[in-house]
Amino acid sequence: MHLFLAIVLILVATSVTADRIFVSNERSNTVTAIDSKTWEVITEFPAGMRPRGITVSPDGKKLYVCASDDNQVRVFDTGTFEELYTLPSGPDPELFVLEPSGRRLYIANEDDNLVTVVDTETREVLAEVPVGVEPEGMAISPDSAFVVNTSETTNMAHFIDTETNTIKYNMLVDQRPRYADYTADGKRLFVTAEIGGTVSVFDIAEDGAPTEAGKIRFEVPGVQPEWLQPVGAKVTSDGQWLFVALGPSNRVAVVDARTLEVEKYILVGERVWQLAFTPGEEFLLTTNGNTNDITVIDVAQQTAVRSIPVGDQPWGVIVAPNVN
Amino acid sequence: MRMFAILFALVLATPVRGVGLHATVLRVDYPQFAPISRFDKKPADLIIAGAALATQDNQTTGHFLGHTFETSTIATTPENVADALAQIKAQDISIVVLSAKSSELKVLVDSAPNILFFNVSSGDTKLRDVECRANLFHITPSNAMRADAVAQFAAYKRWSRWLLVHGSNPADLELAEEYRRAATKFGIDIVEEREILDTGGSRRADTGHVAVQRQIPVLVQGVKPHDIVVVADASDVFAPYLPFHLWDPRPTMGSAGLRPVNFNAATESWGGTQFQSRFERLAGRYVTEADYDAWLALRAVGEAVVRTGSNDPEVLRDYILSASFELAAFKGWPVTFRTWNGQMRQPILLYDGRITASVSPQEGFLHQYSLLDTLGLDRFESRCTQFLEGQ
Repeated sequence: MHLFLAIVLILVATSVTADRIFVSNERSNTVTAIDSKTWEVITEFPAGMRPRGITVSPDGKKLYVCASDDNQVRVFDTGTFEELYTLPSGPDPELFVLEPSGRRLYIANEDDNLVTVVDTETREVLAEVPVGVEPEGMAISPDSAFVVNTSETTNMAHFIDTETNTIKYNMLVDQRPRYADYTADGKRLFVTAEIGGTVSVFDIAEDGAPTEAGKIRFEVPGVQPEWLQPVGAKVTSDGQWLFVALGPSNRVAVVDARTLEVEKYILVGERVWQLAFTPGEEFLLTTNGNTNDITVIDVAQQTAVRSIPVGDQPWGVIVAPNVN
Repeated sequence: MRMFAILFALVLATPVRGVGLHATVLRVDYPQFAPISRFDKKPADLIIAGAALATQDNQTTGHFLGHTFETSTIATTPENVADALAQIKAQDISIVVLSAKSSELKVLVDSAPNILFFNVSSGDTKLRDVECRANLFHITPSNAMRADAVAQFAAYKRWSRWLLVHGSNPADLELAEEYRRAATKFGIDIVEEREILDTGGSRRADTGHVAVQRQIPVLVQGVKPHDIVVVADASDVFAPYLPFHLWDPRPTMGSAGLRPVNFNAATESWGGTQFQSRFERLAGRYVTEADYDAWLALRAVGEAVVRTGSNDPEVLRDYILSASFELAAFKGWPVTFRTWNGQMRQPILLYDGRITASVSPQEGFLHQYSLLDTLGLDRFESRCTQFLEGQ
């Protein structure tokens, strides 16, 4: 235990920036802010009704939260936790993705079969893109040319051309696709399917066209296969490791993102939902909806190193870099 | 590889290979008494609204691939089923969502071997057993599945001494038999049984509760010690009155109290909220089990069309029975079909009239293939020979 603590302290000490972790708590209608150096909870502040999707501006100054039952996106200052203003989102926003430039926000409206495109500066809706039934997962290609939306009842990944805001490609995936993530070089895309129990892998051509490259399946001895439900997923920026949150099986799968082999399962809290890396990818954070905590995973060691209690039913997590 | 990628993309971008699927909902309406509770009145668009939502969902999905989905509806009487079927055949429709009692259902299914039927109303276990049909899938759970869901929850709670109260009509007696079988399967002791006679007549009366309050308790008086009361009242004669008119105060399950249902309008778990609000927006009312069953039937067909690119009922049947088929149904598990009798394999919700109190299968039960097969006729129990054993 001593040794274990020492390792954590060393790792923490080597982290030079003061980063701030934000967790949306779906049930307590709050966001928990955590200091990533001390792992101490700084505060928990109201964030609107049913906060789920959560992200930060590229400069780390603004926090965007999908307040699903308020039908808007709430924007907070990551330093003072004050609410700055709201953005229109369309009804029932669940997940969104911010353009790398920070300008456009693409929001999945689960109840309306739409993706809403919002300008974060003028705070206006730029476009509404009709997609499949129950849109959920959102990803953006590193060159911002394509936004990928997954629709849970249609079971597709829709590739939206951001120039025209129209769908260019539709790819079938397994049941209830939840989340999508591009590799940093934009050459691969991973799409999780919660009820299908798989992750679909697509190779992405120069022009953004997808080709299915394989499917990742999961198996844990002694665990009902139905409980291995892939939800959140994050791939390391070197494209080597894919981490997949497996919902009610309480595990995060570690997948070799090149060979698509599952290398390991890390036991975390109950009903693990979304994932986020700390800047520099030293740690991976998981929200655990049924144990009301987050697990901190050491990315290099591929082990869980601690858990931090947050609000009720934590859903999303994001880290804001360099907050003063 | 690159060439392939480009071709694939073109096919998806310019949907030229889509197929059209025209299905029909055939609903046979029977003369019946008004229900004991006004909440159980059947809406005029029962089943039809569920089918309409499925068609809308299928169409949203289908248009990305160039498929089109259309569903027509026929509501008829038992006397006129032959005409209705002739109408369906004349239109060359090969998928029928069917709501009918066993008697009419068997006649219809047997006189149209080229049509694929989806049963959304009859829980008759025999139809999944010796009386199964190769062209008949069952969306609605069998009475055996529902009884097992109740017994499994009771076993989980250690409520292992039952008083079984049943009605006197043939359907009530059959349901009572399902509970006896389920009790044996899960090691439950039925300490005593009581029958409540259906003396005919209307289900409701202006002074209903006065008579009920005096009559019911004495019918269930002096029973050996028991943990719960399980009710088999398929005819809606007395069950809703039982919970608060028992002699010994006990929880009630089955036809009253905690009821085994396929779905209910309160369920929000597993993405259910989106389904509920889509349905309510379309129909202007709460969803019923029958609507959900119709939705599931057409979604299963839609899924098969999208994955196979075919509207041929033979191809669709093969795909639905294959290991590749699965469907998300807002119940936390993928739903699939049993390859031995065409029954949809699915969890059963235990519903108290306001909330889903629990979901069977229960934690701690085990099965060598799928935990969902602890509910209803397992492959070695069903005597159905009309389906090929696929796995």
